[in-house]
Amino acid sequence: MPNIRLVFAGLARIAMKAKIIITPKKAVLDPQGKTVQSALEHMGYQGVAGVHVGKYVEIDLAPGTDRAAAQQALNEACHRFLSNPVIEDYKLEIE
Amino acid sequence: MNFAVLQFPASNCDQDAVHAARLLGHSARLVWHKDNSLGDADAVIVPGGFSYGDYLRCGAIARFSPVMQAVKQFADNGGLVLGICNGFQVLCEAHLLPGALIRNRSLQFRCEQIHLKTVAHDSPFTSQIPAGKVLRVPIAHGEGCYFADAETLSQLKAGRQILWQYCTAAGAVTDAANPNGAIENIAGICNARRNVAGLMPHPERACEPLLGSTDGRLIFESMLQTLATPSATLAA
Repeated sequence: MPNIRLVFAGLARIAMKAKIIITPKKAVLDPQGKTVQSALEHMGYQGVAGVHVGKYVEIDLAPGTDRAAAQQALNEACHRFLSNPVIEDYKLEIE
Repeated sequence: MNFAVLQFPASNCDQDAVHAARLLGHSARLVWHKDNSLGDADAVIVPGGFSYGDYLRCGAIARFSPVMQAVKQFADNGGLVLGICNGFQVLCEAHLLPGALIRNRSLQFRCEQIHLKTVAHDSPFTSQIPAGKVLRVPIAHGEGCYFADAETLSQLKAGRQILWQYCTAAGAVTDAANPNGAIENIAGICNARRNVAGLMPHPERACEPLLGSTDGRLIFESMLQTLATPSATLAA
């Protein structure tokens, strides 16, 4: 039977991580994606219907951060700064 | 007239902008991005370069520099602001201009002389450009492809906010004359109020015969003319 005090102490020290994927909007020209697709095809990979090149951002959150507050703050950060809503979409996950 | 030329970490066309203003007989000074004040500036130039290394997105970090608060205030009060290349990117990121600049469709960094057709002559940035004159100006950019969604584009057209389009030496707006894939060959625009403009080409490097063209002067002269005749301001 695990020591309950130690388990809770451990959980409090687990730092959360935000994982953000930023991709170009479908309406936006993605020449990088097209070039990578072309290269994949030249390399012999078949069945590639499309390639979209985006960005991945990982943010380490301080231990003890409130998840709901972090979700809200990060959504705002994604919308205001980490992505440009004119040309990009984003997906935010906190784990 | 006094030009305030902003300087972000890794701006590199700031000195050229100061030089151009002085060539035209006016004064210009550099304003560091951390300054909260533009001083007694009559106009602001947001220069070209690779501010913050183009990290995250071009201009994405520079737009949050302290000096941009002063620029926004200056623009809200009707002051003239010209963004050149990275400066255009900063102004779009700061939402002082609509749309965004993305990677050139060729994926190449294009460094060459291009030609511009002036689309709207009724602005503080184009008023002195003779009708029909094609401007020859250099570009030097990897992410100069202007993009705006359909709704924004139709607003730009309705508001006569498209100032310059890439064209051939003869003034024809063709796909071949488009160096970066910008929608409708858009090289530069202004805001609805017509006091803030941005363009990807470098007029500050087309002000003296030594550099191959003096057509860039016409853009600065348009600004100076507007500043010299406040009663004739073209602001909406």
